[in-house]
Amino acid sequence: MDAREKEIEKLKDYKYGFSTDIENTRAPKGLNEEVIKFISNIKKEPKWMLDWRLKAFERLKQLKEPNWQKPKYPKIDYQDLYYYSAPKSMDDKPKSLDELDPKLLETYKKLGIPLQEQARLNGIAVDAVFDSVSVATTFKGELNKKGIIFCSMSEAIREHPELVKKYLGSVIPLSDHYFATLNSAVFTDGSFVYIPEGVRCPMELSTYFRINATETGQFERTLIIADKGSYVSYLEGCTAPMRDENQLHAANVELIALDDAEIKYSTVQNWYPGDKNGVGGIYNFVTKRGLCKGKNSKISWTQVETGSAITWKYPSCILKGDNSVGEFYSIAITNNHQKADTGTKMIHLGKNTKSKIISKGISAGFADNTYRGLVDIARNADNARNFTQCDSLLMGNKCGAHTVPYIKNKNSSSNIEHEATTSKISEEQLFYCNQRGLNQEEAVSLIVNGFCKEVLQQLPMEFAVEAQKLVGISLEGSVG
Amino acid sequence: MLKIKNLKAKIDNKEILKGLNLEIKPGEVHAIMGPNGSGKSTLSNVLSGKKGYTVSGDVTYLNENLLDLEIEERAHKGIFLAFQYPLEIPGVNTNIFLKTSLNAIKKAKGEKELDAIEFLKLVKQKAGELKFDEKILSRQLNVGFSGGEKKKNEILQMSILNPKLSILDETDSGLDIDALKIVSEGVNALRSKESSFLIITHYQRLLEYIKPDFVHVLINGQIVKSGGSELALELENKGYESLS
Repeated sequence: MDAREKEIEKLKDYKYGFSTDIENTRAPKGLNEEVIKFISNIKKEPKWMLDWRLKAFERLKQLKEPNWQKPKYPKIDYQDLYYYSAPKSMDDKPKSLDELDPKLLETYKKLGIPLQEQARLNGIAVDAVFDSVSVATTFKGELNKKGIIFCSMSEAIREHPELVKKYLGSVIPLSDHYFATLNSAVFTDGSFVYIPEGVRCPMELSTYFRINATETGQFERTLIIADKGSYVSYLEGCTAPMRDENQLHAANVELIALDDAEIKYSTVQNWYPGDKNGVGGIYNFVTKRGLCKGKNSKISWTQVETGSAITWKYPSCILKGDNSVGEFYSIAITNNHQKADTGTKMIHLGKNTKSKIISKGISAGFADNTYRGLVDIARNADNARNFTQCDSLLMGNKCGAHTVPYIKNKNSSSNIEHEATTSKISEEQLFYCNQRGLNQEEAVSLIVNGFCKEVLQQLPMEFAVEAQKLVGISLEGSVG
Repeated sequence: MLKIKNLKAKIDNKEILKGLNLEIKPGEVHAIMGPNGSGKSTLSNVLSGKKGYTVSGDVTYLNENLLDLEIEERAHKGIFLAFQYPLEIPGVNTNIFLKTSLNAIKKAKGEKELDAIEFLKLVKQKAGELKFDEKILSRQLNVGFSGGEKKKNEILQMSILNPKLSILDETDSGLDIDALKIVSEGVNALRSKESSFLIITHYQRLLEYIKPDFVHVLINGQIVKSGGSELALELENKGYESLS
């Protein structure tokens, strides 16, 4: 194979692997007070925000990077990273899409996320985040008419400080843990959503995260508030160029659901996973937490994790309001040398709270996949209920699957169920499918999609088909 | 249609088929009978291309060397194996499996793939002909199916895929008399000048419902006797012992 062919071969595996050649404004390399001030300044933040960041930075100095996770990684040199990188053209944020750098429009078009008015996805509002900055948010006007705020985090800090001050850090405290605190100090952009009382958001809201610059970490921050009796469905997608270096993505996502409100949060994570030999790829170390603050509130996480060299995250629910409901539906696919340590925490505080965990882990190649979860029933959480199902599917004999469920129960009226299975795709099943005319890859895709069905069904229609294809593609070449 | 010359097959260094010869012409129904361990299932596996066997000999199918083709290529060219033990595939809806399968074959043949509506129309018609309860089609493939339902499902798939050469591997095993009748009627309805059948069975019972043109006795990896449908009766009376 010559170099060109190799390049084509590589692109076939990960079609989002291109990078955009664009002039950037960067913060100086390294992590220090000056860099934090640089970020706060370039985003024209008020003083309280900078103070908050600096407080986080002080706290960070006392924290140690955790090391209890299954996938280990080489030490990250935090002084050797850029914490802010954005297209130069965004320095003075354009007012409209017409003023947006055509290179950016082209990039999103290539990613299948057209931003232009005439080509927009039907019924889906998109916030497009490119490295450290939100470059565009669609359908803002239309949403505004209903009182819905959907904008970049930076804009929310400037335009809606009362909401940000009230809720930022209310679910993931400033000092929560190393990566969350790091994010609090240096976070750049992300999405902000506020759904007013009694409003059902008329379209899917979504954020598309794109890492482009080299040697840069992406530290996005998302905050979603669903006021009393409101409903919102939100989806995030992520891709990055193929590079030999490992890039860090350490995001914080906070959700708050007040009385009778519901938030449905879906993720289709397809960061660059590294090559077949495990070189390069994103470290996806993310803190996601939802607070069911009001009674009868509901938060539902659905994640399809197919990318990243290492995925390390536990989207969780704090069920504080009485009768509140938390759900976690997960598909984690690891192939080649990818590793995942993911699951959820369901913290039952209120009475009659319910949680449901459905986790589907798939490992192929040399990959390692861990489900780690916590079901915690507090002393006053009368009649709490949990149902957990963890299924692992192995392909080949060089990969691993692990299930680490923790259950803490302090209330005898609770009802906790845990089911777990581990299975392998059998030669016989493949033979059966082949005999019916399916080739090896079609057969694997069909069997795996069947295995993941309960979770795929949870995705919004618009994304379910894409996710099904992604599930098939992620495992290509995993059976020989 | 199918010409097998001196077919030998080994698995784990054990020779199972030891020089088998057989010719099937378009429209013919051949039955292979034989005791346990005589190589009946190996024959159906080798013809459909299952991995794990070391195979030698000549097998010509529609003027092509069958042994050169992948499993799915054989399926695309009209070979269908009704499994003795159809596999369960959890989470996969039976209808979707059938549609994926049919369209994979149509695509390989360069034919137009069916959309959901066209497919459901076809499946409804075929299920009706086979007196097959349609409800089963919306369930997960073979999951929780009774033995009879699994076998009927195989026959339904066969009728939808419309193969040229159908191999039935002990399809009668585990069937009660009513299910046996339905399965046999299904096969009989598919008989035509163009389609051939290779029916592998222990018992003569099935052959009361599906009249074969030829009966072959397979013992110890070789066909030791061939004849008309009367041979099946003879075996039923005298047993395999008399031939070995």
